[in-house]
Amino acid sequence: MNYLMQSTVRCLRQRWSVYALREVDVQLASLAFSARLMCSAAKDLGDLVEKDKVVVFMKGTPAQPMCGFSNAVVQILRMHGVNEYAAYNVLDDQDLRQGVKDYSNWPTIPQIFLNGEFVGGCDILLQMHQNGDLVEELQKLGIRSALLDAEKESK
Amino acid sequence: MAVTTDHIRDKLIKEIGAVHVEVEDTSPNRCAASFKVLIVSPQFEGKPLLARHRLVNTCLAEELKEIHAFEQKTLTPEQWEKQKAQ
Repeated sequence: MNYLMQSTVRCLRQRWSVYALREVDVQLASLAFSARLMCSAAKDLGDLVEKDKVVVFMKGTPAQPMCGFSNAVVQILRMHGVNEYAAYNVLDDQDLRQGVKDYSNWPTIPQIFLNGEFVGGCDILLQMHQNGDLVEELQKLGIRSALLDAEKESK
Repeated sequence: MAVTTDHIRDKLIKEIGAVHVEVEDTSPNRCAASFKVLIVSPQFEGKPLLARHRLVNTCLAEELKEIHAFEQKTLTPEQWEKQKAQ
């Protein structure tokens, strides 16, 4: 039963969850709701940020960012050849939007987590990109930045 | 309490010893209260970027509740001089 509750809670976080929920049995739906309340937001977010090496909470999606700063983050990651990462759209989920701000004690979106650790917002990512720190941090995660290859080619 | 550029500037000078502050109200470009700040303070010395930004965030905690978008650049006096020289 626990697994069912957990997977339903996970479903609730995804965009198409609204449609899935209509199909779900009423009893299961109410169980899912109470499960969601019982799970502390911090624990869920802790899981989310550690599940993937690169995690971004943004407005919109990488394919369609809905904010200039979120877009900047997507573009920077793209320049480094990082196209596979977990991106969570806070516009879809107001609880997530506030929850992530509480979790990282950071007032704005986008928020970038590398290896489960909060790195910062768009400004910080941009500065890390400009001073070479981002290449280094990605390397620590076992991700080879595309810019290293570009550099090699030009030499 | 309306958040103004002067208010932000004064607070930063007072609470984190900023020696140079540039505050730009970027609200016209966006849908709600937005600011872009450049802060130069010796208190940033030896601190990584995230720690510097958190220092600013703590200083402006009340204001940030009302601000929609916030950009910040944090430099030590030495970095500021270097940047000006470029």
